[in-house]
Amino acid sequence: MIELQSISKKFGDFALENINFEVDEGEYFMLLGPSGAGKSILLEIIAGLVKPDSGAVWLNGNDITDMPTRKRKFGLVFQEFTVFPHMSVFDNIAYPLKRLRYSRSELNSRVAELAKQFSIEKLLSRFPENLSGGEKQRMVLARTLACKPKLLLLDEPLSSVDVQLSMELRSLLRSINAQGQTIIHVTHDYEEAISLATRVAVINAGKIEQMGSARDVFQNPKSEFIARFTGVHNFFPVQLKASGNHGLYIAQLNSDINFYCYADKIAKVGYVCFSENAVVLSVNEPNQSTVNVFRGVIKEIIPQRFGFEVMVDIGTRVVSHITWEAMERLGIVEGVEIWISFKASAVRFISSVD
Amino acid sequence: MKFPIKLKMAAKGTGFSWFRFVVMVLGGLVLLFIVAPLLGMFIHTPLSDVAHTATESEVTNSVWLTIWVSMAATVVFAIAAIPFAYFLARNNFPLKKVVLGIIDLPVVIPHSAAGIALLGIISKQSVIGGMFSSLGIELVGTRVAIAMAMAFVSIPFLINAAREGFAMVPEKLEKTALTLGASPFQVFFTISLPLAWRSVVSGLVLMFARGMSEFGAVIIVAYHPMVAPILIFERFNQFGLKYARPVTVIFIVISLLVFIALRLIANKKIKND
Repeated sequence: MIELQSISKKFGDFALENINFEVDEGEYFMLLGPSGAGKSILLEIIAGLVKPDSGAVWLNGNDITDMPTRKRKFGLVFQEFTVFPHMSVFDNIAYPLKRLRYSRSELNSRVAELAKQFSIEKLLSRFPENLSGGEKQRMVLARTLACKPKLLLLDEPLSSVDVQLSMELRSLLRSINAQGQTIIHVTHDYEEAISLATRVAVINAGKIEQMGSARDVFQNPKSEFIARFTGVHNFFPVQLKASGNHGLYIAQLNSDINFYCYADKIAKVGYVCFSENAVVLSVNEPNQSTVNVFRGVIKEIIPQRFGFEVMVDIGTRVVSHITWEAMERLGIVEGVEIWISFKASAVRFISSVD
Repeated sequence: MKFPIKLKMAAKGTGFSWFRFVVMVLGGLVLLFIVAPLLGMFIHTPLSDVAHTATESEVTNSVWLTIWVSMAATVVFAIAAIPFAYFLARNNFPLKKVVLGIIDLPVVIPHSAAGIALLGIISKQSVIGGMFSSLGIELVGTRVAIAMAMAFVSIPFLINAAREGFAMVPEKLEKTALTLGASPFQVFFTISLPLAWRSVVSGLVLMFARGMSEFGAVIIVAYHPMVAPILIFERFNQFGLKYARPVTVIFIVISLLVFIALRLIANKKIKND
């Protein structure tokens, strides 16, 4: 649907270099990268707010590189709540509709419909300064979707809201995507990417380093940067089941492997991840409070700047980080059997559906 | 124990502070310096003189001329100056500092010098003045010349105030409006201008006020028709202080009334938005 062809742009100290990707109709495409990686500029290039130095943007087979922003009919949501403070909620939502010469009654009914969809129908006569953060963000989304944009561009829309609201907005975005809306979403938060994306591109220092499904990217990071940035080597798709214990759940990887973890609410499908630092190695069966205990074989030992990364095969690969000192004390070598253990509280569950 | 008690007193503001005292005394002196001459003039001017002067057609014509010419100059020049201020707030370009310096020039040069410079381009002997003259239009000594002189010395106030106002409008609001299908013109009139309105209005009022009170530049391009500041000067020159006072009082009162009215209208407009 939308395609970027070797987009380059110099911008002060940094530069976007040869960016290529294509997003299909209905996809939820996530651009993941640290701040200053050039993600926001890339979105503004797609929106037509910034002209690339070279390269082209294609929309359904047409070159739109020189098309003015207003004719592209893309929606763009910024991290800041870009409410129009001098207009009521009604006028904010009606703003794009007024550019389209709607009749008064069509306009009223479309605004009412959108307000209902985003549960802000009681706020229409209020001014943005009297709205909560979540209400503002919902109003901005309603306004952006008023004209049924061909493509929805989101620039860190969840990073200035609290956890509770972020969860609500994630589920809202998921449902908007489920209705067929194509989305390109920029974030620095890998959890957001795991939770929402159908496809992820990791961008660093102006270049795309890896692209693929969230699972591909997180399970097989192609560069050290990605591995370190995403910070999770231990990343598994799971099905969640109640354990009988309050708040504690069983995350089922396959018929042989179950992890214990805590979760707020029971969702059926998602991912678990845990830090390699949380995984403890021991020669003898551990007799501790940890609930996750497995026996496996050491497959690979990779030296790091501080200590080693140890790959243990327990039926799937789990990565542990240990120090030089621990390495010598345990006498760890490739091929020997070993116990691994980690606490249920070290395991993060991220739901991928509601 | 002593320390926390002291802290509490300072927090309540009950402690006597020499610094505050000195600042307040100095501030009072400055206020007095502004108020005393004006007050003195009002006290020394008999109300009957003021009432009598207010009926003179020379005076009423002059005050009226001053108000409407300054207003016309402000409105006409605002049409170009406000978009220019927006451009300056949003764009960086080589020599921008030079452009900003040029805009401030009328503030720093003596206004009589500004009048002389202006006369140089509108007199019959000059290119522009000559062109108008060949069409049968004289500029020197007309309301047009007065308006030009007023605008010349007062336009920096409008441009600078409006520029600061536009700079405070978040650029992302404008970008958002563009993605919502608005043209750059629509963005300017529906987002940028309404949000910078307060600063723009205060720039307009400043420009208007500055134009009304202009003497130095106006007297060189047009002694007649006579604006109020020149009338005051003429009465003082010909008849002395006593005769200059009633006109001065009338002009000050009317100026104040006009500004209060403009402020009220502007504030109401902002609330309605």
